[in-house]
Amino acid sequence: MAKPSASRLPTILSESANHIYSEWSAELQGNPDHRLPAAELETQCRNIVTRLAQACRDGNVSDIDAASFIPLRDVLADVSRTRALQGFSSTETATFLLSLKQPLFERLRAVLAAEPARLATETLVASQLIDALGLFMMETYQHAREEVIIRQQTEISELSTPVVKLWQGILALPLIGTLDSARTQVVMENLLDSIVRYEADIAIIDITGVPTVDTLVAQHLLKTVAAARLMGADCIISGIRPQIAQTMVHLGVELNVISKANLSDAFALALRRLGKVVVNQRRGLPTDPV
Amino acid sequence: MDRIPILKLGAALLVTIQVDMHDGLAMALEQDLTTRIVDNGTKGVLIDISALEIVDSFIGRTLANIAMIARVLDADTVVVGMRPAVAITLVELGLSLPGVRTALNAERGMAMIKHRIEREDLAATDEDEGGS
Repeated sequence: MAKPSASRLPTILSESANHIYSEWSAELQGNPDHRLPAAELETQCRNIVTRLAQACRDGNVSDIDAASFIPLRDVLADVSRTRALQGFSSTETATFLLSLKQPLFERLRAVLAAEPARLATETLVASQLIDALGLFMMETYQHAREEVIIRQQTEISELSTPVVKLWQGILALPLIGTLDSARTQVVMENLLDSIVRYEADIAIIDITGVPTVDTLVAQHLLKTVAAARLMGADCIISGIRPQIAQTMVHLGVELNVISKANLSDAFALALRRLGKVVVNQRRGLPTDPV
Repeated sequence: MDRIPILKLGAALLVTIQVDMHDGLAMALEQDLTTRIVDNGTKGVLIDISALEIVDSFIGRTLANIAMIARVLDADTVVVGMRPAVAITLVELGLSLPGVRTALNAERGMAMIKHRIEREDLAATDEDEGGS
C-alpha cells in the first residue's frame, strides 16, 4: 500500500473537488430515480465530495476510522439510512457511492497522464478508499434495515393481541400468528389485565389464526390458561382446525382444558355458564335455547 | 410476632393479606387458620390477596398447603383478587395451585362459598326428611 505521505490523492481531490462533483452529479442525473429528487441527490454528491477532500487533507487516505473521516462518515451514514427507509435495495445504495470511482479515476488520469506508474498507484489507493467507504455504507444500510424490522416486530406483537369483550363477563382473545415465548408474555399480560378491567368470568382463546400448534405453543397456551384460572376466570380454547387437531394428537400434545371447535360454540357455552339463554323472538317459530 | 387477622363471617373465615408475606408470617397463618377451621366448624375460607404484590415459591406452596389442609377438614378455600403479575409469576414457578378455587374479587368468592354452604344445607335437610 502506498504511504499516505507519498499519495497525491489529497491534493488532487481538494484541487478538483468541484470538477469531480459536477461530473459525478451529471452522470447520476443521467439515470434519474423518481424516489430521489434531483436537488437532494446533488446536495448529497456535493457534501460527499467536499467532505472526502477535507478528510484526506492531512494525507490520510486509507484509514476511514480516523477522526478526520467523521464528518464524511456522518454524511454517508445519513445517506444510506435514508435510502434504507426509502426502500432502495442494497445494490442501488452501494452503486451510488461506487459510481464516484469513474469521475475520480478520469480526473486522476487527466492529472497524472505523464506518470503512468504514479497513476496506477493512485488509482489503487483511490479504489481502496472508495471500497472501504462503500462497505461502511452497506453496514449502516443493514443496521437501518434491521432497526426497521425490529420496530415492525414490536408493532406486530402489540397489534396482534387484542382482547375483545363479547358480553358482560365474557372476553375473547383471537390469536393470529405463531406463538413464541415473547408473544405469549404479551398475550398473557394483556388477557390478565383485561380480566381485571372487565371483571370477566370467562375468557375464550381463539386460535383459528395460529398456523401450527406444537408442544411449545401448547405449553404457552396452558400457561395462559393456568394464569387466568389463578385470577378466577375460566378459559375456553376454540378454533382448533382439523389439521391442527390431528397434529396435536400425533405429537402427543395434551390440552387439558375445555376446547371447542369454533368460536360460536365456545361463546354459546360461555353464555350458558353465565346462565344466559339465546331465544328466537320471531313468532311462529319454535324457540331454541342455545 | 405479627399475625394476619382471621375474621369469622358466618360459616366462613375471611383472611385479608395486606402486608408483604414473609415465610414466618405465612407459617403462622397456616397454623392459625387450621386451628380456627377446626374450632369454628368452618365450611369455607376466603383468602384475599389483592394487596399482595410479591410472591415467591414458598408463599405459593403455603397457599396450596392451606387449601389442602382445609380440604382435609371439609372446608373450601377460595383465593381471590390475585394480581396479573402474581398470577404470571406463580405459573412461571410451576405453581398453578391445583385444588385451590379462585375468584376475581371478594364478592364473587364469598358467593361461591355461600353457594356451597346452601347446597350442603339443602342436602342435609333432604337427608333428614328422607330419614324421618
